[in-house]
Amino acid sequence: MVEKLIFEKSVSGRRGHYLPPLDVPACSVQEAIPAKLRRKKTPVLPQLTEVEVVRHYTRLSSLNYGVDTGFYPLGSCTMKYNPKINEDVANLAGFSQIHPDQPAESVQGALELMVKLQQYLAEIAGMDAFTLQPAAGAHGELTGLLLIRAYHAAQGEQQRDKVLIPDSAHGTNPATASLAGCQIIQIPSNGQGEVDLVALKRVVGKDTAALMLTNPNTLGLFETQIAEIAAIVHEAGGLLYYDGANMNAIMGYARPGDMGFDVVHFNLHKTFSTPHGGGGPGSGPVGVKRKLEPFLPKPVIIYDRQKQRYRFDGERPQSIGRVKAFYGNFGVLVKAFTYILMLGGKGLKEASEKAVLNANYLLKLLSQDYEQPFAGLCKHEFIVTPPKTKEGGIRTLDVAKRLLDYGFHPPTVYFPLIVAEALMIEPTETENKSTLDAFAAVMARIAQEAEENPEILHQAPHQTPLSRLDETQAARRPVLRWKAD
Amino acid sequence: MPFLPHTRAEEETMLKTIGVSSVDELFGDIPRELCLDRPLQLPLGLSEKEAWEEVERLAQKNKHTGQYLCFRGAGAYEHYQPKAVKHLLARSEFYTAYTPYQPEISQGTLQAIFEYQTSICELTGMGVANASHYDGATALAEAALMAVEATGRSKIAVSSLVHPEYRETLKTYLFRRGVEIIELPYQEGLTAVDELAGVLTNDVAAVIIQSPNFWGSIEDLAQFAELIHQQGGLLIACCDPLALGVLASPGELGADIAVGEGQSLGLPLSFGGPYLGFMACQEKYVRRLPGRIVGKTVDRLGREGFVLTLQAREQHIRREKAGSNICSNQSLCALAAAIYLALLGPQGLEEVGRQCWQKSHYAKELLAELPGVSLPFAAPFFQEFVVQTAEAPALINQRLWEAGILGGLDLGRYYPELENYLLLCVTEMRTKEEIEQLVEVWGGVSGGKTHF
Ligand SMILES: Cc1ncc(COP(=O)(O)O)c(C=O)c1O
Repeated sequence: MVEKLIFEKSVSGRRGHYLPPLDVPACSVQEAIPAKLRRKKTPVLPQLTEVEVVRHYTRLSSLNYGVDTGFYPLGSCTMKYNPKINEDVANLAGFSQIHPDQPAESVQGALELMVKLQQYLAEIAGMDAFTLQPAAGAHGELTGLLLIRAYHAAQGEQQRDKVLIPDSAHGTNPATASLAGCQIIQIPSNGQGEVDLVALKRVVGKDTAALMLTNPNTLGLFETQIAEIAAIVHEAGGLLYYDGANMNAIMGYARPGDMGFDVVHFNLHKTFSTPHGGGGPGSGPVGVKRKLEPFLPKPVIIYDRQKQRYRFDGERPQSIGRVKAFYGNFGVLVKAFTYILMLGGKGLKEASEKAVLNANYLLKLLSQDYEQPFAGLCKHEFIVTPPKTKEGGIRTLDVAKRLLDYGFHPPTVYFPLIVAEALMIEPTETENKSTLDAFAAVMARIAQEAEENPEILHQAPHQTPLSRLDETQAARRPVLRWKAD
Repeated sequence: MPFLPHTRAEEETMLKTIGVSSVDELFGDIPRELCLDRPLQLPLGLSEKEAWEEVERLAQKNKHTGQYLCFRGAGAYEHYQPKAVKHLLARSEFYTAYTPYQPEISQGTLQAIFEYQTSICELTGMGVANASHYDGATALAEAALMAVEATGRSKIAVSSLVHPEYRETLKTYLFRRGVEIIELPYQEGLTAVDELAGVLTNDVAAVIIQSPNFWGSIEDLAQFAELIHQQGGLLIACCDPLALGVLASPGELGADIAVGEGQSLGLPLSFGGPYLGFMACQEKYVRRLPGRIVGKTVDRLGREGFVLTLQAREQHIRREKAGSNICSNQSLCALAAAIYLALLGPQGLEEVGRQCWQKSHYAKELLAELPGVSLPFAAPFFQEFVVQTAEAPALINQRLWEAGILGGLDLGRYYPELENYLLLCVTEMRTKEEIEQLVEVWGGVSGGKTHF
């Protein structure tokens, strides 16, 4: 451990925060709370002064690497720059200090923001209506599949419980399908890395609930046959679900709604810069075509033209119900709204343009030393694998760990599963050419090291506060909390 | 364009390197007929100053707790957030990182979450905790699925005094999984324990009890633990971690899984989110616990450090066989809670709990003296309590609101059989004077001072 645990720094009797003295007549809690409901064992929590707490977390923060630290080409995660204004808008008292159960007339600004954000997202997606309730991408996926199932049930087609998922899909897709009570049928990819239409035709049918697809897919390739795919699934009576994790590639160029998708989710913490928070909070709004609108989670937020005010509408008899308490990760919505305001339609399109430009440029540079499993151009991200060496090859994990020594966050590794030793690289549009050049130079150097001195890779990282951590031991003998000796 | 670094010259060099003549060529793989042939119908794009002014304009249309006195809880609580919390959360090394997939450069997040897990275990009296869930409602729903998987049973019994929106979320999650939900009736402000005999049978996976329950009363969790354990099922306790500074922990009382909403630990109201779902359980269920978990290990040189662990439970490894689909969680909110707990420590937390207790009881006593106001339940409560009124709740709340006070929740909204019942919340934030002001305006003695 680089930094002692906060519990180990604790000294009994210290305190970091004091309350105003009690100003109401005191009744003894000891007497008031019946003995069997009262806490007997004081919880072991840290005891420190404010400065000690502040130093502890400041020092911990210095052990982290964020987008503000440097290049973060983590594929599928869209680690673009997070504008500072985002933090400030979410902290405005008019947003951060409003109770979710205030009278609607006292939160008109919040509701207006949400309705406008719904409209903006619908325009970007080519959808008719949006819900902002889901808290993350995977939560959006669950919402979407429940919507699809409710739709089929309303058509008298309860039997539709198979979800078709390409073998290149993110793990949340199949996990979501299970959570929604569906069975999964995996569709193989063809030689071009796209959905294999023959295989798809073989499995669609009366039991098909939906096909879940990411487009561009997780290989960073646009599914060029998407119109045919949509036709095949629709003809069989199934619906199309769009995993919007990769929307950063095509904003303003193409819309899932126009491609034939019926339901989409976006990840506001990716495409819309909100940031990611070290693992959340995110936000995964879901958009639908008109025919699925009646099933959206309750309550929906609408503008009442007659009364000229925004309000909640809970009168939705066909709704799948709530997917969360209250209305979504509101603070995150405020950030995404602000981002869209600043970029506008033109700016979002240019963001996608530059994301794709950066990815293709970096791909070109890297393809001199790394293998490219699928030839040709890419969208906002791409896959490469480590070069063959005389030793027989280096592992992706070694490349990733060695990158740490050179001050870069590694790409996503070992995903998608259909490419062995995948390095999934997404530079995003906010990185400049010099950074991409520097990263490519380091990657070339690592390829060279792999040839000349592979041991330096196996042992990497060498420059980080800790060296490679033993994940096997962590799982074999789990230590998941601190305990006083 | 804001945030884009490319100069014209650079763009040209890059295109040349790629071997294409224009950016449009890079999009040539999108079939023509699928391309959007018009600009997106969105705002034109604003400078930072203009965007700030526009968003601030919207913020100003809302009334915030700095402008009114809040006596409403019902799942979202106004507590004091020590200033250091916000300042530490503003460290961008924390908030601009992704999930800590590369432990060697993520020890900050990993250690903070390990410490958070420890604090949650201490508060709940459980063996293990995960790194967070979306919110209290979703944590509760996934705990129910966990119990269904752990027991192989297909019924869940849930108290009707669990937060109504949590119950709705539970329903949404369980419906397509074919799990039957049995709602337990209430009696005297508590879950009716006497009527459980025929209900808690040996096909019930778990019983879900919230304590303090939605009406603020403290449930006797031990009683439910005993009853359900006799049938081989689990007790899922849904609790407010802030109350656990003074109340017995669910672990001590026999719960198998403890979940709840951690917003009260230093997170702003924020119109309902982002909040913090916490999930903890007895050690024997750890491999069914959903979500990220941080564990301790060693590096190649034997130095201790932290990693995401037991990943064989999760979607990226197990795919359709994973117990949950959760990927991103509410990590930064967990960090906020950890910092809050570190600043308060055990004494501070106990004192906040005690003040909530005392102030709410003071308010209750004053209100009970008003004509037409009575206290329907005698059960002990923490910071929220129910009053019955002769006057219509809407009228009372209207009067209060005009005087700058957000009054109690009209329980009739969720329990149609309860006409003229209000759920009030008094946290440590309210001063004696403010409580008296509530009572005066309520009683029509004074118009109060208008805050708006
Ligand atoms: C392709 C894809 N789908 C779904 C998800 C899940 O999103 P979230 O983490 O917001 O739940 C991710 C996130 O990594 C992803 O990359």
